Amino acid sequence: MGASSQKRLNLLIVNLALLLLVIIWTIPTLGIFVSSFRTREDIQSSGWWTILPHKAWETTATLSPGDLGLDPNGVMEVEGVTGTFEELRNGVQSGDTRVVWIGNRRLGRIEVQKQVWTVNWDFTLENYQQVLSGKEIQFTNADGTVETIPGDNMMGAFLNSLAVAVPATIIPILIAAFGAYAFAWMRFPGRKILFIMVVALLVVPLQIALVPILRDYNRLQLNGTFLGMWLAHTGFGLALATYLLYNYISTLPRETLESAFIDGASHFTIFVRLIMPLSVPALASFAIFQFLWVWNDYLVALIFLGGNPETKVITMRLADIVGSRGNDWHLLTAGAFVTMILPLLVFFSLQRYFVRGLMAGSVKG
Amino acid sequence: MAQIEATTGKEDSVGTRILALLSRVFLAVIIPLIAFAVIYAGFIFLRDSNAPKWLIALVAIVWGVGGVGLLYWVFNGVVERLPDLWTRRLQPFVFVGPAVAILIWYLALPTARTFWLSLFDRNAAEFIGLQNYTAIFTERLMREAFRNNIMWIIFGSTFSVAFGLLIAVLADRSKWERVSKSLIFLPMAISFVGAGVIWNFMYEVRPADVPQIGLLNAIVVALGGSPKAWYAWTEIIPWNNLFLIVIVIWLQTGFSMVLFSAALKGIPNELLEAARVDGATEIRIFFGIMIPYIQTTIITVWTTIVIFTLKIFDVVWVMTGGQFGTEVIATQFYRQSFVARNSGFGSAIAIVLLVAVIPVMIYNLRQFREQEAF
Repeated sequence: MGASSQKRLNLLIVNLALLLLVIIWTIPTLGIFVSSFRTREDIQSSGWWTILPHKAWETTATLSPGDLGLDPNGVMEVEGVTGTFEELRNGVQSGDTRVVWIGNRRLGRIEVQKQVWTVNWDFTLENYQQVLSGKEIQFTNADGTVETIPGDNMMGAFLNSLAVAVPATIIPILIAAFGAYAFAWMRFPGRKILFIMVVALLVVPLQIALVPILRDYNRLQLNGTFLGMWLAHTGFGLALATYLLYNYISTLPRETLESAFIDGASHFTIFVRLIMPLSVPALASFAIFQFLWVWNDYLVALIFLGGNPETKVITMRLADIVGSRGNDWHLLTAGAFVTMILPLLVFFSLQRYFVRGLMAGSVKG
Repeated sequence: MAQIEATTGKEDSVGTRILALLSRVFLAVIIPLIAFAVIYAGFIFLRDSNAPKWLIALVAIVWGVGGVGLLYWVFNGVVERLPDLWTRRLQPFVFVGPAVAILIWYLALPTARTFWLSLFDRNAAEFIGLQNYTAIFTERLMREAFRNNIMWIIFGSTFSVAFGLLIAVLADRSKWERVSKSLIFLPMAISFVGAGVIWNFMYEVRPADVPQIGLLNAIVVALGGSPKAWYAWTEIIPWNNLFLIVIVIWLQTGFSMVLFSAALKGIPNELLEAARVDGATEIRIFFGIMIPYIQTTIITVWTTIVIFTLKIFDVVWVMTGGQFGTEVIATQFYRQSFVARNSGFGSAIAIVLLVAVIPVMIYNLRQFREQEAF
């Protein structure tokens, strides 16, 4: 084998291995994405991969045993297939034909089936309508009974998540940016010690704070309020935000600031007009990290919003469906996708900042 | 005369100065009052309103973000109206004060308070010294949690690092690097609750006589096996945790892949070429050059995932609620603190978690500073 064909073989192996890994990594998400558009009955009766072309039995003729003069107690012959009642009940196959007895011995019917290529393409948007709306929904079961279940009001939860996540992203950034500016460019007593405190608090896992803060919130009646959530996420994200923004702001060129001072600008003006615009890459990276963190958070919401059904965020609502109707896959798959849609949009549109933000988030306590 | 004139002049200037001071004080009081009134009105609206949800959400966003901006603007305005010396003295605290206050309220004080609570019994009434801590290391469920967390740390971090490294190396040589990296990284955007649903669906089990709808059991059945619930896959209890750990490996591999990918690109090309000219195989280059070269990155990624797995909560809570021998430290913390309402014991668990995280975090922070990653 020559060197170049060896090289080509290597490249082929590399690409195939990578393709295999990518497929493995993508399939779980693809599975729920596809399933969320399938009907309730389809999800329950066949795998989502049956949307791909596959061979399945299809009934070509339905016969009545009485008309054929068959004796269910003996060996019967139908369409070139022979078997007893018990055997036919399980289906008897001969060549590409299968004969199945459906129903009981006296009133049953016989189906002749052939294997054909088929796809399972019965898609619907009903699952999404059902999880998004807060109204009651009626549907007919396979056996004809009508069932009424409450909608899951994911739309309301989606808005709640937005109302929690947007301020809980911007507030800590604003507070941290002011703090980082002061640490980097202002002189005041206690500066060193306070900054050491910020860095030290990076290591504190938020579990530490939950019980004491919950007690404070009970006293201040902040439980179940958005304000409480904003403050909590601000508190838990602030150490990281201040530290990161300090790293960034302190490396901005000194001359720019000094010339602004000579022009008589105040600290506030410099901060708003100069520092904030210059820090956009750092602010955006952290904003994306914090937004996703808050959007995907479950624990903090569970503790500080737990009591109030009106303010439930989207992760809690999804966890509720898992808990109460864990087998309703048509709702779970659609619901899971509703929770993912915004993070995925952010991911695809702002990938560069996204990656950088998550890298920086690795030191969150 | 001259003297009198001088005095009246002085009186005059005192008068104008008093007037100026009064107007300053007036402005300094009135503007903040108006600001506070606006903020308070927003708060009342949010608390009591029956308006449609989207309107409340919108008001909440505007009020929350605008309110904070307004507070800074007002306090800064007040301070800038003061004499210059005081402006210079106080302004830094207007800037840094809110951050410090919130950090003290939400992290510094709670650390002390949680430690204090951990020395008390379940109702925070009776001082019991270190009894909660001895209980942590002797109680059956806690021992189970520690054992599982060690499994999480070992398997979760090792496999995330290994797969991340493998994919980074493969992607580096392929033509579709960007697409493949995006797809591997994508799960990082998904919440743990969402990931729990996704993997529950993968693991879904149906009786043997009907078609499987979970992919993994469908494969098992197609290969001639019998379908099983995921937690029954192995009879030896701790090993079923691996089926939960898979979820986190799936989520975290993208993270390690991106860091490794960046580090691999930093290896000088001459070094690799020289090795190839000398006839080194790709495998030898990987172990002999690449791994040593990106060693620090490997350790950083590894420690980050260790911290992450130490605090793992959502996945376990949503998937099993800690049943079937899958309890971990953070689920025990939640159960003790908020379900069993044993605040002393829960607090002690939180402190143990803090102590476990600290050394790894310190190492990580040092690395972070050296690499100037941000």
